[in-house]
Amino acid sequence: MSAIEKFHDILANRHQYAMDWKERTGGKVVGGLCTYVPLEIVYAAGMLPVRVLGTHEVQDVTDRYLFPTVCPFCRDTLAQGLKGRYDYLDGLAMGRTCSHIQGTFDNWRNYISTTLVYYIWFPCHRESPRAVDCLVGEYTGFKEALEKLTGKPITDDGLDKAIELYNTNRRLMKQVYELRKNEDPPITGAEAMEMVVTSQLMDVVEHNKLLEELLEELPDRKLDRETGLRLMMIGSEMDDIEFVQMMEELGCTIVIDEHCSGSRFFWDEVVPGEDRLAAIASRYVHRWPCPAVSSNFSDRFDRVLKIAQDWNVQGALVYQQKFCDPHEFDIPLLQQMFKEHDIPTLVLEFDVTIPFGQFRTRIEAFLEMAELEVL
Amino acid sequence: MTTNMKYKTKPLDCWQWGKELRLEAYQEFLKGHEEGKLMVLGCAATPYGMLAGLGDFVFLAGEPYGASVAADPPFSIPCMETYEAKGYSRDMCGYMRNFLGSMFLDKYYFTGGSFPKFDFAWSVRHCPAGHPKWHQIVSEYQDIPMNYIDDETMLAVDGDPEHRIDYVAGQYLDTIEWMEKVTGRTYDDEKGIEAMRTYFRNESLWGEICLLNGAIPAPLDIKSMFALMPISMLRRHEKIATDFLTTLRDEMKDRIANEIAAVATERYRMCMLTPPPWSFLKVFRYLETFGVVFVGTYVYLINSGEVKFLLDEGEAVPATVPEERPGWPEMKNREDLCRTIARWRAEHPFQSHLDIRKKEYIIIYNHWHGNAYLLLMNRGCVPMTTSMYDFQRDMQAHGIPVAMFEGNFADCRDIDETGVLDRLEAFLEGQGIQKLPSL
Repeated sequence: MSAIEKFHDILANRHQYAMDWKERTGGKVVGGLCTYVPLEIVYAAGMLPVRVLGTHEVQDVTDRYLFPTVCPFCRDTLAQGLKGRYDYLDGLAMGRTCSHIQGTFDNWRNYISTTLVYYIWFPCHRESPRAVDCLVGEYTGFKEALEKLTGKPITDDGLDKAIELYNTNRRLMKQVYELRKNEDPPITGAEAMEMVVTSQLMDVVEHNKLLEELLEELPDRKLDRETGLRLMMIGSEMDDIEFVQMMEELGCTIVIDEHCSGSRFFWDEVVPGEDRLAAIASRYVHRWPCPAVSSNFSDRFDRVLKIAQDWNVQGALVYQQKFCDPHEFDIPLLQQMFKEHDIPTLVLEFDVTIPFGQFRTRIEAFLEMAELEVL
Repeated sequence: MTTNMKYKTKPLDCWQWGKELRLEAYQEFLKGHEEGKLMVLGCAATPYGMLAGLGDFVFLAGEPYGASVAADPPFSIPCMETYEAKGYSRDMCGYMRNFLGSMFLDKYYFTGGSFPKFDFAWSVRHCPAGHPKWHQIVSEYQDIPMNYIDDETMLAVDGDPEHRIDYVAGQYLDTIEWMEKVTGRTYDDEKGIEAMRTYFRNESLWGEICLLNGAIPAPLDIKSMFALMPISMLRRHEKIATDFLTTLRDEMKDRIANEIAAVATERYRMCMLTPPPWSFLKVFRYLETFGVVFVGTYVYLINSGEVKFLLDEGEAVPATVPEERPGWPEMKNREDLCRTIARWRAEHPFQSHLDIRKKEYIIIYNHWHGNAYLLLMNRGCVPMTTSMYDFQRDMQAHGIPVAMFEGNFADCRDIDETGVLDRLEAFLEGQGIQKLPSL
């Protein structure tokens, strides 16, 4: 089985993977709402951090808890908890970002029995020189809560090891992304997404091994397909692999992305320092920002434009989870920026389920128009 | 004469003065720059009294401006259409859509002239992701500097809060330096402290005024409250607001002593949590024909004002200003000022966690002698609505009848007035409240 097939397999059986991990290691599993939960601290506690994700299935269990104008991703994740699919979690943590995921968290805390439910008050004024100190204060409390849960201290050695492992993980995924700069990338956008999403679900040691396997396989890998238009996906949370596969079947390849199940999640490393918590905090404060914690357009847009140019992007799919205000604020100006750089864009709005037929038609039309502009 | 008139009533003596003060605040934006005043944009929860350290200023809070526009559909609809034509979404903050549309159209609602050009935007991030992003758009469009304070500590219940206070106080200190830099002015600590003292006093006064509406009959109806609230929302830092609010409070006490009602037919008292649908305020007048009086809404009790909730005792009492609180130091310099504001914000009911907030809803309901809650499932504000079902269940568990309706508080195109009335009439009928015979 190739590394890509293994990623696919683990993603399809992610709950089983986590439960097996618990059995194999005797460790505990901590779910994370959003990507602002410090993986390094959880892992240093001997626990497996897993991102809580939805399933893109129709559900009717959250309407009693969340107003329907809460974003579909947040409703979908809460639905998983309410349906008992995350009953194996020993803890759930969240880093403060937006109101929607806050709703998921509050309801999880009140209505789902997870042993530890912890809120990290992430300092959202990223530009403030005081943000890192504040986050260290938050991490200190979080660390103590995890230590209480496991009954074991989190040591500096443990933190150093976790920092190194996650930095390696980020470096290896970046190496894979570098190969997507090729004229004919050896990995599709859907496959790359499976790689990143599994990094949010797997033991980092095991994921690193698979990444090393992947990096050995990719140089010789030739895809039995035309690359077509080189597209970028940019927007809010996205783990709808089926959608990306459908899109790429229409004659394009996603060569780069900017969302929290892609580059935005792993791009920045922890710069090790004597004060481990401060080093980790600095990484999360200064990482590639989610628009929910960024009030400076250029903070995000400059990075977006740079990767669009570096990966020779010919068009951009700008999508959003319906009702996701932070992204809705950015989209008009983002489109304007792309237009100024002659990069055509298509904007799509996602719900828990999506209208595949309609989206297919719109994407086909977009690709036809973009080809005319680009070629 | 009819027996429906249970109480005597009369207009507020200070009504006209209140209207003038409110209009003055909005008109100041016309001449602010001419008079050498700073023009600053922010949100209503911002402790903008601090700005007095830079000299005279005019502060436009985006929410009341958006609400005023929303209440006038002929002005509001073109604003929102202009906003949407720029590519922004219809499901975003209703206040913001009216505000930004008005800016894009370059039409200022209160005078019909050009939209104000601000010197800078400065605000608190009390609405997760919302307000700083809103001001970010203004900042880009008007090419003005912006800054904000991240202080929504209400969301946190875990861990020691002290580092959060340090972070918030530190941001206020930094923001003073930032303001000096962007305005070229020197900050006068004493002026900033004095204006914030007035600000705290006025918040407390407005909270006290809202609490007085626990009397039966209620001396003030919610619609009048909404009309007067901009004084405490926009002019909180001014002594003239203290004079007005003191007069209003005393007049309310007098009305209570003499059983002068806001609604002569009062027989059923309803409370709200949120702002109203601004384009549909007539719903309150209509429901008066059922003998229904709306006695208050939680959001403006704690947004334009401050009260102290005694959770163990189940009581709400007027808030004490910070310097009169046990263990709080006198403000002598900017460090004291910034730390006081940070502590005050952290303890303000505005920062109550949702689980605490549920208790406060019950306390204020009992204080106001409510008969029911009316909940607006507001499509124009995510933070206000996200947990509304949870609140509804909690209220019902406490035996409180709850009426609900869905719509947008600031988009007249997104509220079904007939449907809302049908729901409310059916609810009242279920409560045994029929429309009163014609007076």
